[in-house]
Amino acid sequence: MAVHGSTTQSTTIRDFGGRCLVSYGFDSPLTLCLLLLTAWCVVGLAGLVRPLSIAFVGRTLFPLGALCGAALAVVALTSLRNPAEHLILPIGLPDLPVHLRLDALSGAFLFLLGAASTGISIFAAGYFRQGEGTAPGLLCLQYHLFLASMGFVLLADDAYAFMLAWETMALSSYFLVTTQHRIPEIRQAGFLYLLIAHLGAIAILLSFGVLQGGSWHFTFDAMRTAHLSSPWATVAFCLALTGFGAKAGLVPLHVWLPEAHPAAPSPVSALMSGVMLKTALYGMIRVSFDLLGQPIWWWGLLPLSLGLFSALYGVVFAAAQTDMKRLLAYSSIENIGILFTGLGLAIVFTGVDMPAAAALTLIAVMYHAMNHAFMKSLLFLGTGAVLHATGERNLGHLGGLIHRMPWVAWLTLIGVLAIAGLPPLNGFVSEWLLLQSFLFAYKVPHPFINMLLPLGAALLALAAALAGYVMVKFFGIIFLGQPREPALQQAHDAGFVERLGLAWLALGCMLLGFLPTNVISLFSVVTQQLKLGGLPASDAPWWLLVPIPERQSSYAPLVFFAVIMVVVVLAIYGVRLFYHQRIRIGPAWDCGFGGLNSRMQDTAEGFGQPIRHLFQPLFAIVRQLPSPIDSKPKYRLQIGDRFWLTLYQPLGALIRRVADKVAWLQQGRIATYLLYSFVTLVVLLALML
Amino acid sequence: MNVIDWIVQLMGIALALAAAPVFIGWVNQCRAWLQNKSAPSILQPYRAIRKLFHKDAVIAENASRLFRLAPYIVFGAMVTAAAVIPSIATRLPMTQAADAIALVGLLATARVFSSLAAMDVGTAFGTMGARREMMIGFLAEPALLVVIFVVSLTCATTALPMIAERLSAQNFSLNPSLAFTAVAFTMVLLAENARIPVDNPATHLELTMIHEAMLLEYSARHLALMEWAAALKLFNYACIGLAVFIPWGIATSHAPLSLAVSVMLLGVKLLVLGAGLALIETLSAKLRVFRAPEFLATAFLFAVLGLLVRLLLGA
Amino acid sequence: MNALPWDLQLQNTLAALLLLLSFAMLSQRRIVALVDLLALQGALLCIATLLLAWRTGSHHLYLSAALTLGLKVIFLPWLLHRLIRRLGVYWDTEPLLNIAGTMLVGVLVVIFAFGLAQPISALASTATRNSIGIAVAVILIAFLTMITRRKAMSQVVGFLSMENGLFFGAMSATYGMPMIVELGVALDVLVAMLVLGVFFFQIREQFDSLDLKHLESLKEDQ
Repeated sequence: MAVHGSTTQSTTIRDFGGRCLVSYGFDSPLTLCLLLLTAWCVVGLAGLVRPLSIAFVGRTLFPLGALCGAALAVVALTSLRNPAEHLILPIGLPDLPVHLRLDALSGAFLFLLGAASTGISIFAAGYFRQGEGTAPGLLCLQYHLFLASMGFVLLADDAYAFMLAWETMALSSYFLVTTQHRIPEIRQAGFLYLLIAHLGAIAILLSFGVLQGGSWHFTFDAMRTAHLSSPWATVAFCLALTGFGAKAGLVPLHVWLPEAHPAAPSPVSALMSGVMLKTALYGMIRVSFDLLGQPIWWWGLLPLSLGLFSALYGVVFAAAQTDMKRLLAYSSIENIGILFTGLGLAIVFTGVDMPAAAALTLIAVMYHAMNHAFMKSLLFLGTGAVLHATGERNLGHLGGLIHRMPWVAWLTLIGVLAIAGLPPLNGFVSEWLLLQSFLFAYKVPHPFINMLLPLGAALLALAAALAGYVMVKFFGIIFLGQPREPALQQAHDAGFVERLGLAWLALGCMLLGFLPTNVISLFSVVTQQLKLGGLPASDAPWWLLVPIPERQSSYAPLVFFAVIMVVVVLAIYGVRLFYHQRIRIGPAWDCGFGGLNSRMQDTAEGFGQPIRHLFQPLFAIVRQLPSPIDSKPKYRLQIGDRFWLTLYQPLGALIRRVADKVAWLQQGRIATYLLYSFVTLVVLLALML
Repeated sequence: MNVIDWIVQLMGIALALAAAPVFIGWVNQCRAWLQNKSAPSILQPYRAIRKLFHKDAVIAENASRLFRLAPYIVFGAMVTAAAVIPSIATRLPMTQAADAIALVGLLATARVFSSLAAMDVGTAFGTMGARREMMIGFLAEPALLVVIFVVSLTCATTALPMIAERLSAQNFSLNPSLAFTAVAFTMVLLAENARIPVDNPATHLELTMIHEAMLLEYSARHLALMEWAAALKLFNYACIGLAVFIPWGIATSHAPLSLAVSVMLLGVKLLVLGAGLALIETLSAKLRVFRAPEFLATAFLFAVLGLLVRLLLGA
Repeated sequence: MNALPWDLQLQNTLAALLLLLSFAMLSQRRIVALVDLLALQGALLCIATLLLAWRTGSHHLYLSAALTLGLKVIFLPWLLHRLIRRLGVYWDTEPLLNIAGTMLVGVLVVIFAFGLAQPISALASTATRNSIGIAVAVILIAFLTMITRRKAMSQVVGFLSMENGLFFGAMSATYGMPMIVELGVALDVLVAMLVLGVFFFQIREQFDSLDLKHLESLKEDQ
């Protein structure tokens, strides 16, 4: 589809034949985006009209929201090549009205938001049922407010608007996480999430405070032109990394992710994992490349090392999980680690004046963010369907669902193959690009770094390969094999609307995988606007991806797919032609002993055992083994997070002790409180002297 | 890309399909010679595959469509890999479709599909084999990646045809970095293709199987395709190693003479490689499964040493 | 790639093999194999010295090569083997850190050594100056071997390997040390070996084992 940028009056979208598909004549894409975000808020508020009616909310409002999302994606896509646009709204603080800006970076992430949320909203239309804890209308309000606030975060051009949207995002997602608020674990998970979100928000606010550099104007334009001395710029960067890292789930601020994502309903988990974590990435890119101007090279080592550690930590923990949603949450931590690794590498390249390498790395990062939005959403929605069909989250009670739920299984398979990083799907393309950019590392002129970075690439490859392991476990234990519980025979497949949502996301995965050149040309607009330059033009055909022409490394996913399909078809028909296709159904091979049942399959713990064994220092394992003389033998395995035990729990205990000490102030007698007021008054009067 | 290129490409694929079982037969033959036994003929794998195609497939009751589809997909992936690797010529149309990293990814695709198929029937051995195979796989990938890195540092590209051309165009020189990575690559080859010391391809004991456990449920044409795919995998790995480390003789044009020379040289190199493989297998004992990660960590160490030596000495 | 003369290529290969050998010693648990690796290291050093002597034409390097051969390849390994047989130590117990962790630390140490040596190599004027990094790496890895071992014999082998690395470094940086320094160092090593041999017997008499954790019981507060 050929797309033309907007002129001042109207924008047209034409197809290859030049026929006009859509023409709209609004003033600007930014106004359009603003209208769509407001439309989301309106749709949300409309849910309060009939809050208890599933039919109204599910059949009408959520599809409307999906439509707005699709429209947002189209608008963002068509306006990517435009120069940046500004808008100042009449609301806001007296001397700081709300500034909005739509440039290529915002546009790219808005496209991500719109495209991914469309699929999730379609699924949610068929997903929410009675008795989930919160009234459906209220859920609709919170959901669409969440979407709208994420859009506003991406469009905000001053610190006030940004923080307003950020806090709305945190608050609305808190209410979404605690949908089933009658369960105490879910309340606790929500509290932890809110706590760390606010710690991050404080860090971001402080970072903005440093970034304004003495001008006391908090617009992003003022921050762009402010000249910060190197120490202060470093402080701003570290604060931003802490704040955005807390929201993204970077180790060691990740402890909320494995609690909050499983606690939330599945569409919400998909939205949080797929889109909300990317807004944190957006914030980090905005601060490092746009607001801070020229980054110093060694700043990049911080997100690089934290990202690599998070990637390994996340995937190793994912391999050891027995709850399917916790597994996906830890996998999100891994992917966030990969994203921040790439971001750090891009900062290093920018700092040592290798803009072409930095452009490639940043494109790889944004591509991976886009891919992950689709892949992870698809997986979370798949688990949602499984949860509704079976009522089980524990991997030990699932199995063999591919027979009962074929649609969900095959669509989730696409997501599984994609996130495992297998060609020709999309997960592989972004990893391939990231590895290609690591190959530039030996040119970095610092002696130790150019030797350590290739090791970082090897660690990245290890994390990616481990992701394949984890995903085989995920898909194999849930959908393949024999059912581990007899109740699973009653499982039913997902409804039509849910299948539509899953299919949308699966189609997105495939398109992103098969058409990498188009996607990269879009993202290189972003890097051009960030003054890194785009990728060099290559004269390769559209189906061949050659990001660096002089290196001649190429990859053609469509050719892969085509050849594999051709060989498969030829093999099937060849066998039918020359031999036969007879089948006999028999029992599975049991070594002649008989009596194979579903309990003899690998369990989730068993599948994760090699990883637990290899990476033992990372886990805090509590194990209770049965003894031979027990009449009721018990086996218990509990895997704890070392960061929780060594960092958060002591900190929490310290805070409680300090709070106990301070609580001494609360004596309970009125005379004491009057004494406090009297002393304060006396002190203030004395100071005035 | 004209018709002649495509004809040569198809010939290359046909050659790979034909030569892979013979290569396995040759390795078995050498191993038998070294152990003072008499081996079946070199063409025995052909007969085995043909026999399997004739049989009726016996499928477990609870196998899904994935189980029946996976052998075809694995076979397709291996054939695609064979088309991409420059075994006889470097300027073929398909060799541009993937560089070395994408090739590793393609082999990973095959591995994931066979693991999923092993988990499909839901027996203890299938899932155990899947778990072990994925463990070997994920440890081998970083080592392979560092090998590709080192080679790409020498040749400034990750595309296999370019690597083969540039390395064969240089004068012969001692490259310790390439030597170390060659050792690492050989170790990864042994691990990925289920050879001793990581796995015994001829074992019948289910508890010691890694790769065989995934084939346990298959029969007839599915088993034939999986066996052929396994033979193709070994052939592909051997050709990757030859293209990178012993690239002299690979044709860079389509003159029939250079192609014929290239095919003959490939045959000779594969004969020597097969004999070397048999020698390594005879001299080593199979490792315990828990020791396999250490084996792969040693391969990784070799590759990293090659990288560091390359960065320091420039050789 | 520009073609280096064949003897410099061989030097590079020998340097790389030296690095490999030091890693092999880091992970080796059999003490007999450890001593054999040390002898192999000495042999490689001897060949490298001979090549350098042929390239520069200085005669004292031939003498140095002969000294290396006699001392490090023949005499010291023979002495160590005799000690092993008389003391009966054949296996080293579990090292401080597991093998994979030790290897990882070794790789980081090598990176550190390489990074450290790059400015030094830029200053040197020999043809083999690139190998200074490898020499420093061999020294540091030998030190690591000494740290992570439990038996006294392995620590001695580590010490001797350090001396090998030092020798190689001197060769790469300055085409060998002055003869008098070399003879002095060789004599020191020899005397150290003889004294250590006596010590080992005394330790074994006292504690009935050569595991060094017994020496910790000599602390004051015990």
